[in-house]
Amino acid sequence: MAIIVVEVMPKRELLDPAGKAVLGSLHRSGVDSFSHVRLGKRFELHVEGEATDSHLEQARTMADDLLSNGVIEDVVAIRVEDSPA
Amino acid sequence: MRVGVITFPGSLDDRDAMRAIRLAGGEPVALWHGEHDLHGVDALVLPGGFSYGDYLRCGAIAAHSPIMSEVIDAAHKGMPVLGICNGFQILVESGLLPGGLIRNDHGDFVCRDQRLRVESTQTSWTSGYTQGQEITIPLKNGEGGFIADDETLRRIEGEDLVAFRYLELNPNGSLHDIAGLRNETGRIVGLMPHPEHAVEAGFGPDTSLAMKAGIDGLTMFESVIASVVSA
Repeated sequence: MAIIVVEVMPKRELLDPAGKAVLGSLHRSGVDSFSHVRLGKRFELHVEGEATDSHLEQARTMADDLLSNGVIEDVVAIRVEDSPA
Repeated sequence: MRVGVITFPGSLDDRDAMRAIRLAGGEPVALWHGEHDLHGVDALVLPGGFSYGDYLRCGAIAAHSPIMSEVIDAAHKGMPVLGICNGFQILVESGLLPGGLIRNDHGDFVCRDQRLRVESTQTSWTSGYTQGQEITIPLKNGEGGFIADDETLRRIEGEDLVAFRYLELNPNGSLHDIAGLRNETGRIVGLMPHPEHAVEAGFGPDTSLAMKAGIDGLTMFESVIASVVSA
């Protein structure tokens, strides 16, 4: 069993209201040591058996077509990890 | 004049949109997201709501619904399409309108009667308004912040693709106060506020004359009916 991990983040130049809300909550919890929080998404695409090049290729295509919206987000990582299960 | 209203799992305002079409003199036709059939309608409304619970991104999963291949095909052939709120998000996710919609800059869901300026009457859905007309219709969203990169914004402004702009205050941090867009042909329009909630006296926003008397949204549905009948 393997998983292909796809990580998507809001574009750096855009406002990230969700990240801003988390930063506010950190400050309210008395933690002032972090200047910025950005909040993104991690997808785990599970593969029965080994992750092949064709799995990765499909993951790359769908990362752009469905999992992210290039207008507001960037795909920052696509990698294979061993499934913990 | 038959206007289809597509129901996605999580659509909320499909019934209201159908009622608005009826009040404007059209025949509403209920369409289902899972079919590959537009039932011969003359125009389409993608209603508001929270399709697929706003999972992934607002409108993103609905944009990949079975019926959307027919919608995109018909839109490219010139069928008038109106996307309201979640419907606007679906149009943007489908690539039928430019830019993107993100969480409101202040982080809160907002529900208010919103003043707008009609920036373009050169569309199937706004031809009944006068250029620059100021209207008030309800707005209710958590993710209505319109964004686009600088080049896209320049194109939007340069080609007069802004259909509606927020007046008095910007409720969600939308760039350039953009409340709604049109495409190059004017057949496709999307907006975050809800015209279908301001179509019948007694159920609309307050006006200076009477409470709940505002029907500024009705013109949007009357416009498309007039444009298709005259085409």
